[in-house]
Amino acid sequence: MSATTGGYYFAPPSKWPVVGSTALMFLGAGTVLWMNQIQPYGAALQLIGFAVLIYMLFGWFGNVISESESGLYNKQVDASYRWSMGWFIFSEVMFFAAFFGALYYARVFSVPWLADLDNAFLWEGYAAKWPTLGPYFQQDPALAFQSMGAWGIPALNTALLLASGVTITYAHHALIDNNRNGLIWGLVATIGLGAVFLGFQIYEYVHAYSDLNLKLSSGVFGSTFYLLTGFHGFHVTLGAIMLTVILFRCIKGHFKPDRHFGFEAVAWYWHFVDVVWLGLFIFVYVLV
Amino acid sequence: MASATIHDHANDHSHDHAHHGPGPWTRIFTTTNHKDIGSMYLWFSLLMFFVGGAMALLIRAELFTPGLQVVQPEVFNSLTTVHALVMIFGAVMPAFVGFANWLIPLQIGAADMAFPRMNNWSFWLMIPATVLLMASFFVPGGAAASGWTLYPPLSTQGGIGVDMTIIAIHILGASSIMGSINIITTILNMRAPGMTLMRMPMFVWTWLITAYLIIAVMPVLAGCITMLLTDRHFGTAFFNAAGGGDPTMFMHIFWFFGHPEVYILILPAFGIMSQIIPTFSRKPLFGYASMVYATASIAILSFIVWGHHMFTVGMPAAGQLFFMYATMLIAVPTGVKIFNWIATMWRGSITFETPMLFAIGFLCMFTLGGFSGLVLSIVPVDITLHNTYYVVAHFHYVLFPGAIWALMAGVYFWLPKWTGRMYNETLGKWHFWLSAISFNVTFFPQHFLGLAGMPRRIPDYALQFAEWNMISTIGAFALGFSQLLFVYNVFSCIRSGEKAKERQWDSADSLEWTHLPSPVPYHTFEMPPDLRGAKAVH
Repeated sequence: MSATTGGYYFAPPSKWPVVGSTALMFLGAGTVLWMNQIQPYGAALQLIGFAVLIYMLFGWFGNVISESESGLYNKQVDASYRWSMGWFIFSEVMFFAAFFGALYYARVFSVPWLADLDNAFLWEGYAAKWPTLGPYFQQDPALAFQSMGAWGIPALNTALLLASGVTITYAHHALIDNNRNGLIWGLVATIGLGAVFLGFQIYEYVHAYSDLNLKLSSGVFGSTFYLLTGFHGFHVTLGAIMLTVILFRCIKGHFKPDRHFGFEAVAWYWHFVDVVWLGLFIFVYVLV
Repeated sequence: MASATIHDHANDHSHDHAHHGPGPWTRIFTTTNHKDIGSMYLWFSLLMFFVGGAMALLIRAELFTPGLQVVQPEVFNSLTTVHALVMIFGAVMPAFVGFANWLIPLQIGAADMAFPRMNNWSFWLMIPATVLLMASFFVPGGAAASGWTLYPPLSTQGGIGVDMTIIAIHILGASSIMGSINIITTILNMRAPGMTLMRMPMFVWTWLITAYLIIAVMPVLAGCITMLLTDRHFGTAFFNAAGGGDPTMFMHIFWFFGHPEVYILILPAFGIMSQIIPTFSRKPLFGYASMVYATASIAILSFIVWGHHMFTVGMPAAGQLFFMYATMLIAVPTGVKIFNWIATMWRGSITFETPMLFAIGFLCMFTLGGFSGLVLSIVPVDITLHNTYYVVAHFHYVLFPGAIWALMAGVYFWLPKWTGRMYNETLGKWHFWLSAISFNVTFFPQHFLGLAGMPRRIPDYALQFAEWNMISTIGAFALGFSQLLFVYNVFSCIRSGEKAKERQWDSADSLEWTHLPSPVPYHTFEMPPDLRGAKAVH
């Protein structure tokens, strides 16, 4: 608990925050223009913003890594990172909670209400069965879609992510036992499983669009399906990038059996992404 | 040894004292010092307070007489929308974060915030967000005109300005989340030996709980406006009944964020009050532990009362009853706090310097605002008062003399510590009394207007509302211009105020008063003070 020792490392002045804000200025303005089809300015600003963001991420994380490797971080700094990573993951949980909340609300309230007595005249004969296109969209036969079955690719993806949870734990134990080979191969396996997961996910989207006619615009079902699975896939991508950075650091010989929070933080994140998927598998795929 | 560690850095050449080396601009852009960043937050929020205030005066100028005279209805709606967003995300929240930056490390005996670089980023993220928000006035279609709550379908139909607002809120949310993670980590991990949780000053406690609320609800807002964005541009149907969605769903998700947000704006104010009132009453805070528990209870309850913002949308009676009773329940911990502040003052030897005047003003006016909130929580009453000026009066009573006066009180209270100089006491008292009178002239009549049925967010009104609107506008201009006294007082304090004592307020007992000189040096507590066995400090 309260154990400030005086050896805490406080970062000296740094240009990275302002560089990051500049990146978001370009990225934000570019996104607004892009969404409103004001091209090519939108895409150009987005590109500049993205490039500056990448520059900032490399520079900032590079600083942190070299500080960490030169032994500037004591136990108390380590504890700060632990607290902050935990709270960051909590914020991510709440972000997904908003979309799960939308899914539950649509299924439990808004869709059944559209078929109740109050709406009987407005949407005559609307059955309110999930999955649904919604009472107006469903009048257009061109929009009709099929939902994604749970026991094909999604079940396989569940197995892949659960297996990746095992491989990253194996890598962690190898790190603690000073078994570099096990660590590196455990990480490679985890990243590989993540990549296969993402490949399947992309395949599934293509299948949904071309064969099932299930699109982002397929009523509230398509909206919740794509935003939930899409944001999850985005987080898997981020997690895989983080794991790759950690892999390169391990190959360079970073981390010690007793000091490796960089590794652990990414492992926490990976498990978090895993748990979100289990929620998705149950509520988006199985309980349709 | 400590300072050696702090400055010993892989490529450290020149900044043996960061504030002497680089020029002022480099310092502002790159600083990692919590005092610098705290000041930047405070100056920024002061600027935004006047930007938002100018919008409020435009609104009041339009409402001075019936009919349309100053702005077009569309612009009027943009003004009410952006006034709220600027005041919430640009003025009040950053101001409290500025206080947090300045005071939390000093009050827990830490040398700085846990993540100094991220701290700077939290500040600098507000600049692109503010640029986007303000620039939205000048794009085709103008700024968002849907009210700060951005309810669809109005917000799905708006122009490019709505997109700019959404992106701005995303960036501000990221800033708040990073700032809060930093604050929580600092409080949990950086306390000096002996500074146990239950010995922390109340300001630190209230910020710990506020930061938790921010991390819990800002991401929900992000999700909510993301759905709005995809509904606007990518064909989703979250808030579109034709596709099986529901605009009411937006309201539920928004207010799940929105109600805790209200407490994010007021809990740090409670913390400032809990330090000022004991100081000028020359008595320890009455019921410290119950203050902590009451604050935590308010925070937890804030997650289950959101429905009271939407009693009239057609929710089931069981839902209305639940949200009504849950809302009323909040009066209990809030009452505990009001009782404790009054009990602290009871038989104290009170003096009435400017911070104490604002604190007492806070107590009276905030309690009034709380009571009108209790009135609004009653479903049948709310059904007639919903979206009237009564609601406007209610939340301005809790936010202006609540949040803003706590900030004013805090600035007067800590200015001597920050600058080493005293503000002008006479001017401070004028500031208080002019604010107190003009605030009530502005907003008290709005209760009558609301009870008589005047709707909010409409630039014109029926003739029977004319007198009270005229009086309210006169009050608003007096209130706005009174705040210039504050700016003058702050500037003249910094430039030519009398020298302040180390312990300017003789019974202030948190660490910044008992352990540090005035002004506070650039680097403090490089070795943490050992507080084990020391007398409790609150």
